Amino acid sequence: MATILLIAEQAHGQLKKATLNALSAAQQLAEKSGGQVQALVVGNGVSSAAQELAAYGVPVHAVDAPAFAHALAETHSAAVAAAAKQLGASSVVVAATAYGKDIAPRVAARLGAGLASDVLGVVSQSQFRRAMWAGNAIATVEVTTPLKVVTVRATEFPAAQRAQAPGALQPLKVDAPAAKTKFVEFNEVKSTRPELTDASVVVSGGRGTKGDFKPIEALADVLGAAVGASRAVVDAGWQPNDLQVGQTGKVVAPKLYIAAGISGAIQHLAGMKGSKTIVAVNKDPEAPIFQVADYGLVADLFKALPELAEELKKLK
Amino acid sequence: MKILVTVKRVEDYESKIKVKPDNSWIVTEGVNYRANPFDEIAVEEALRLRDANMPSEVVVASIGSGAAQAEIRSALAMGADRGILVKHDGFVDSDGVARLLAKLGEKEKPDLVLMGKQAVDVDDNVTGQLLAEYLSWGQVTFASKKESLESPEEKAKKPGIQLAADKKSAQVVREVDGGVETLEVQLPAVVTVDLRLNVPRYASLPNIMKAKKKPIEELTPQALGVDVAPKVKVVRVESPPARKAGIKVPDVASLVKKLHEEAKVI
Repeated sequence: MATILLIAEQAHGQLKKATLNALSAAQQLAEKSGGQVQALVVGNGVSSAAQELAAYGVPVHAVDAPAFAHALAETHSAAVAAAAKQLGASSVVVAATAYGKDIAPRVAARLGAGLASDVLGVVSQSQFRRAMWAGNAIATVEVTTPLKVVTVRATEFPAAQRAQAPGALQPLKVDAPAAKTKFVEFNEVKSTRPELTDASVVVSGGRGTKGDFKPIEALADVLGAAVGASRAVVDAGWQPNDLQVGQTGKVVAPKLYIAAGISGAIQHLAGMKGSKTIVAVNKDPEAPIFQVADYGLVADLFKALPELAEELKKLK
Repeated sequence: MKILVTVKRVEDYESKIKVKPDNSWIVTEGVNYRANPFDEIAVEEALRLRDANMPSEVVVASIGSGAAQAEIRSALAMGADRGILVKHDGFVDSDGVARLLAKLGEKEKPDLVLMGKQAVDVDDNVTGQLLAEYLSWGQVTFASKKESLESPEEKAKKPGIQLAADKKSAQVVREVDGGVETLEVQLPAVVTVDLRLNVPRYASLPNIMKAKKKPIEELTPQALGVDVAPKVKVVRVESPPARKAGIKVPDVASLVKKLHEEAKVI
């Protein structure tokens, strides 16, 4: 039976949530190809992440060695490719996060596989839907190679459900190649708010904030929301890159997206058009953001957002 | 040092993209073309690295129809030294592009390949990584820098990629989920660039004139011995589902009412 190999992402032994969305994509692919999903975790000290994933009912293989402590594309892609061969995988699936995007192409090149990137849907065992031209077109692509590598847009797939019986945990040995890259440092953006791609409510600010994110943050805290930003805001260095919503930043699809002081460039819309309800607050009544907003309010965000925060507090 | 930088001819992101009635591709008539914006950032970085490490050379490569000469020319007008066009009409998938570039890598033996992290037409974000694997080189994707685009370092046009004194390695800052990471990579390497590495320069009129005389070598996939039959075919292109037109609300109180009673999201 065909094996669909799901690649998990973890940091410091903790499973990244996008893995669970990628797992449900892998399960859809298994259904359509009559295969079975197995998972792989690569890193150093990954047993708790592996255990967490096994609770979803998939057998989990763990490549656990100091050589894989840092998520370097060279070493991790080599481990994934070696595991895919050992396990006879017909497809390799990973979330299209920074990690997945970094390693998946190298896995494909190593295995001579075709790669469907950032897919929105599984059409059949070899066909996938994906966005092109900043989401202005949706393509169906066919991977013609026997072995397929697929990266998955996490917001387009539900998180997988926990299973009654956990999957088996198995250690896996692979050789670590000598890497030509070396980890130097990581500067983490620390936040007490939910992660942008997981949050059910997102409040984003644009150029209209003039760099003052206090009203955005205050409203986000009332709603328990994540904070996002337009490209202009991040380019100016007002907010960290990690918060950028758009074609080239994070793609989000929350229940409620509030865009404040964002004009609505095509590249921003590509990152949030999938949201269930969109609210736009902008001083300019002609701003393109109003064309995709369910509810538009022509107002100064510095007046409207604090007022909105107050009204919401009352509702609670 | 020698830097190979890639430039793809893409639909201008300000052009209206419409799907063909037969769903085979998008309508290309009446659409403006330009260099992929990420590739312009790669060209800018290549020029800054060259100018800080003379003698050096910047070679611009593109894969596409004869029309892609225009995008190579615009990179030459920014200041690149010479161009290579691998001429091919029709669709080449990212894997084919990477295998063609790998051949150029073997031929040109650059110390560094700089590319945009993705082309804004197919939005694939895979070619640099594929190329690095085909060449068995190290890679750094999503290159950025710690300073903002409004910093004094950027105004002084300093390269964001830090070459080691012996020029055998480079430190590169990259944008990843949850923060910013720094990697050190041995050269030769592939670096794909993100938005905040630099602000690309405009070509000056004298440089546009000079660029007309710079050489562009033409090659073909056959001459490079590469079969560009795609591993990934585009079988159908559709318009995205349209969002229902929304309404304007007069004030915050009515917005809250709508969100609570109609959308039921709060």
